[in-house]
Amino acid sequence: MLDVRGLSKSFGGLAAVSNVDLSVDAGRIVSLIGPNGAGKTTLFAMVAGFLTPDAGSVRFQDRDLAGLKPHRICGRGMVRTFQITQPFAGLTTLENVMVGAYHRTADRREAATRARAVLDRVGMAAQAEQPADGLTVAGRKRLELARALATEPQLLLLDEVMAGLNPTEIDEIVGLIKQIRAGGITIFLIEHVMQAVMNLSDYTYVLNDGVLIAEGAPAEIAADPRVVEAYLGHGAAERMRTPEDGHA
Amino acid sequence: MAVRTLLFLAALLVLALIAPLLIANRFLIDVLTLILFSAFLGQSWNILGGYAGQFSFGSVVFFGTGAYTSSILLMTFGIDAWIGAIAALFAGAAVGAFVGFLSFRYGLRGSYFALITLAFAEVFKVLANSVEFTGGGIGIFIEHEPGLARLQFDDPAGYYYIALALTVVSLAIAWWLERSRFGAYLKAIRENEDAAEALGVNAFRCKMYAIMISGAMGGVGGTFYAQKFLYIDPPIAYGVATSVEMLLVSIVGGMGTVFGPLVGSFVLHGVNEVTRHYIQTPGLSLIVYGLILIAIIGYLPNGLIGLFKGRARPKDAEDA
Repeated sequence: MLDVRGLSKSFGGLAAVSNVDLSVDAGRIVSLIGPNGAGKTTLFAMVAGFLTPDAGSVRFQDRDLAGLKPHRICGRGMVRTFQITQPFAGLTTLENVMVGAYHRTADRREAATRARAVLDRVGMAAQAEQPADGLTVAGRKRLELARALATEPQLLLLDEVMAGLNPTEIDEIVGLIKQIRAGGITIFLIEHVMQAVMNLSDYTYVLNDGVLIAEGAPAEIAADPRVVEAYLGHGAAERMRTPEDGHA
Repeated sequence: MAVRTLLFLAALLVLALIAPLLIANRFLIDVLTLILFSAFLGQSWNILGGYAGQFSFGSVVFFGTGAYTSSILLMTFGIDAWIGAIAALFAGAAVGAFVGFLSFRYGLRGSYFALITLAFAEVFKVLANSVEFTGGGIGIFIEHEPGLARLQFDDPAGYYYIALALTVVSLAIAWWLERSRFGAYLKAIRENEDAAEALGVNAFRCKMYAIMISGAMGGVGGTFYAQKFLYIDPPIAYGVATSVEMLLVSIVGGMGTVFGPLVGSFVLHGVNEVTRHYIQTPGLSLIVYGLILIAIIGYLPNGLIGLFKGRARPKDAEDA
């Protein structure tokens, strides 16, 4: 469904993303993990049309997305959420989601009906009339999700929807994401919360210093020494393995 | 509540329609005309600044272009002002498209957009001063030949009714924005352009439409002004003061609201007239006027409409 080839981006000589290949198949939940500053968000921004890549291509449903603005990409059926939530602060929760719903209908009543349905789905029906800037962090993350869902995408790009949430809230949103996938939407997510990723994804890519260092099923990834080192520092894999070896 | 609001508005409109019959004082009719006209120009700013969040500091550029368009058509080519008004509408929209394309294409936002619009207005002023067909610094005198085709009247009520019609149309446009997809998109762009783009909003196109609507309204306003005051020159047509008044009535009344510019215009002009009338010491009335302005802007960030909005707000999103 999504096919990324040789994607690269530098900022003033610093390679934020270099030569990344990855693909997301329809119906799956694919995750992209990596430590802070690994280039995950930059990669997402390029995929969703917010940044122009220096090199490489992004294809969605076998069509090249080169040069398309974000709203056109949304029109093709791929929509992103933001890591730092970007609510329309002066509008109510419902109005926020209606902006997404208007993508599929020009009629106000219809947009309101669809937006309410989405709010129901993400468990925010009670906050519909609340101003969006009064929502909690968890509420804002859900709102990001709801707005994106309202555009009725085929592929949903989620940028750290779990960051800053407590364990209960994470469980809720993991359930929600599974439910969204069950509804036929493919999901590509960036995540920091490892445990959630393990639970959720079918396939995982690991990015470090802008380079893909590993990919595979989550369980394989967790055991990969390169991944452990990327997260915990040089030599960590060695240190972790030693006591285990002693037991064996 | 919706029915009551509707009845209230209907009563207000009826009152506005019969006002010239009730008021014998010509001066008062003139003041009301200017209040309505100012509300109309304010609404033109409000669509771009209040709804779409693009703060223009030079919206007078539309007004001035409209004023020159119809005045030149009338005085040089003998074309009636009502046709001139239509030409002014298109001229205003065209200038809007020109300014908008150059600013939005290059992603100018916030204070940069404000500055570029201010600069455009100044450039137009200099141009109007230096070319032949605008009459240069001498300006254009418009003959007074009362008649509907010329949009000129002996009775001030004539101008009053035109100003009223313009205001009603501008309110209808704002009301449509409140209930349409386009309006929702403008608000989304105002609140967060990136997020709006991500959700499929063509921000560039929406902003272009907004500035063209705003420009078209300003252009028609220019024709009205020229036909009423029968004279325009570059400082009148492209003066900063008009730009400031346009944004001031919106900000004081409440940006991004249907009735904000109207309320703001009534209050600002009302306060202005009252202080001028009761305070005789020269300059003091301006100080009092300024203080009241500071108080409104300082204590009512959402404008005067914001005072009532807390109550009315939650219903807005619902289909009434």
